[in-house]
Amino acid sequence: MATPNKETLLDWYHQMVLIRRFEERCAELYQQGLIGGFLHLYIGQEATGVGAIAALKEHDHVITAYRDHGIALARGLDPKRVMAEMLGKVDGVSGGKGGSMHLADRERRFWGGYGIVGGHLPLAAGIALASKYEDRGEVVLCLMGDGATNIGYFHESLNLSAVWELPVVWLIENNQYGMGTSVARASGVTELVKKARAYGDNGRGMKEGPRIDGMNVLEVYEQVSEAVEYARKHGPILVESLTYRLQGHSMGDPERYRTKEEVEQYVASGPIGRFRAYLIEKYKNIEPKLDEIDARALEEVDEAVEFAKNSPDPTFEDLVRHVYVD
Amino acid sequence: MPEITLIEALRQAMDEEMERDERVFITGEDVGRRGGVFRATQGLYDKYGPDRVIDSPLAELSIVAIGIGAAMVGMRPICEIQFADYIFPAFNQIVNEAALIYYRTGGDWNVPMVIRAPYGGGIGGGLYHSQSVEAFFAHRPGLKIVVPSNPYDAKGLLKSAVRDPNPVMVFEPKKGYRLIKGEVPPGEYTVPIGPAAVTREGTDVTVYAYGMMHYYVLQAAEMVAQRDGISCQVVDLRTLVPLDTKTVLESFKKTGKALIVYEDNRFLGYGAEIAALLSDEAFEYMDGPIRRLTGPDRPGVPFAHTMQDFYMPNPDTIADAIRDLAAY
Ligand SMILES: Cc1ncc(C[n+]2csc(CCOP(=O)(O)OP(=O)(O)O)c2C)c(N)n1
Ligand SMILES: [Mg+2]
Repeated sequence: MATPNKETLLDWYHQMVLIRRFEERCAELYQQGLIGGFLHLYIGQEATGVGAIAALKEHDHVITAYRDHGIALARGLDPKRVMAEMLGKVDGVSGGKGGSMHLADRERRFWGGYGIVGGHLPLAAGIALASKYEDRGEVVLCLMGDGATNIGYFHESLNLSAVWELPVVWLIENNQYGMGTSVARASGVTELVKKARAYGDNGRGMKEGPRIDGMNVLEVYEQVSEAVEYARKHGPILVESLTYRLQGHSMGDPERYRTKEEVEQYVASGPIGRFRAYLIEKYKNIEPKLDEIDARALEEVDEAVEFAKNSPDPTFEDLVRHVYVD
Repeated sequence: MPEITLIEALRQAMDEEMERDERVFITGEDVGRRGGVFRATQGLYDKYGPDRVIDSPLAELSIVAIGIGAAMVGMRPICEIQFADYIFPAFNQIVNEAALIYYRTGGDWNVPMVIRAPYGGGIGGGLYHSQSVEAFFAHRPGLKIVVPSNPYDAKGLLKSAVRDPNPVMVFEPKKGYRLIKGEVPPGEYTVPIGPAAVTREGTDVTVYAYGMMHYYVLQAAEMVAQRDGISCQVVDLRTLVPLDTKTVLESFKKTGKALIVYEDNRFLGYGAEIAALLSDEAFEYMDGPIRRLTGPDRPGVPFAHTMQDFYMPNPDTIADAIRDLAAY
């Protein structure tokens, strides 16, 4: 694991701020009716996505669920084309077919967000199988929510990856709720990382990895880096990132399942503020630089929105294309 | 009579059935404290408590299978699948277990359960929140399937479904949940599973539909009556399995022309069965091709609203199809 230098740390800061501003704008566009359907924000969880993806090499793979904007941006997808997808435009990353929940980019080995909870886990195992089969040394980072650990796909995928020693980092983003249901009301164990124990024992099969502070980008980076190297050498490992979504499950969630006080407590310890404070403490006179990054992120979001608004709507021809490969 | 929304009618049905029969319970994701994502079960948790309105983990296979097990030993479960698109993890339980239990036990046990699922497009939900899944299940004998198109039927059919001794799937047009309003009488009534309804009498073209498409068909029938003087006989199928062949055939014989509208993919969609029935049993009455207006054969309803609009039949495209057929 490379110790991140100042430039890298500032890059992470930029990514986190960009994701935050991008999504805040998405929320506005949703209110204005320019983004339709369902919108699930990653606000509050940025440190997990940014730190975990920073732990990967370019040739590694990423796959996640529908709460995918932050993952896509952290993996380097062009904010303009992501925004165009949010608006359902032809210049979107999937030409407007996928929308917010189904971002994807082959070149960056970002195999997508998935709307059916848990459905992508066995796919992650398949991607890892291919890597192992051809001895490519590539690792798959598979992110999922806490809720996803209760569906059968999770259990089949973990077991299979254990038996076949597949190079997967299974990363649970435990934001404490699956929609309106808290972890304790949905899962027999609440320390979700312990679920690894069902699929590994005595150094064989699934490795039980750490439970990490998902609001601390440095810790996420360090721990996931170790997990990635473990997976590359030995096989699957389960990691749990403790985080929190500061917004509702999706837009318009009345949030009756949690208190305002609970949310406020997490706002106060939010990942971006914490990282900013860390940088200010670590580097003298860094604040102007951080302000500059903040301003740049806003500009990038403005440009993305401009680009997306100017992109044409898909046509009937777009609707009927792409059913079969010729 | 008070006008209520389709979703309110469904809620009333569940409330009354739970009140009537203690064996009725509800399970599904966030059906309890949260009252369901569409609010279909709002208030029921407070009224009946966590033992009867049970929040499940995120696990569709189990939501359905627990219902099957409980029904086998006499309970009356209502299992909610939050969106029809999520039903596939439970596909095996539905087609291999629920549909087969009565048959495989030589009539010894049965599975009196309800599976509710909102289906269909038009809300911008995209690929995994817009699907129509009825054809997959209509293919398997042993399951009953109803699709209400208005509040009165929604309440009456759901109540019948709860009381039915067989597994009944209720596919609910989610776009119509709040859009479709109608009169529902106070007090007890049911709508039997089986009979279709003739919702408009006419002489030129017979149009068959169910759920959201029936709502649009009525609008289209009014449009062509006003502008083109075309008289439509409209049949709301209401129950897809078992099909009311008598009403389907009689309505066809009046006009000799049939248009079947469904928003699912065309190929092997539910309407294909209606077409086959008509050509088989009413051949001498045929006065034109049997036409279908459907979603295109594409694997999902894409996200962009323009593509969604092309995908879904609507009152204008239905009216065009009626005009075409009338002119034949
Ligand atoms: C198979 C399936 N069931 C249900 C849903 C509806 N649904 C979408 S997100 C969600 C909660 C998921 O919670 P979690 O995995 O913790 O992810 P988070 O939303 O917290 O990121 C549910 C129930 C779905 N999309 N797919
Ligand atoms: Mg969660």
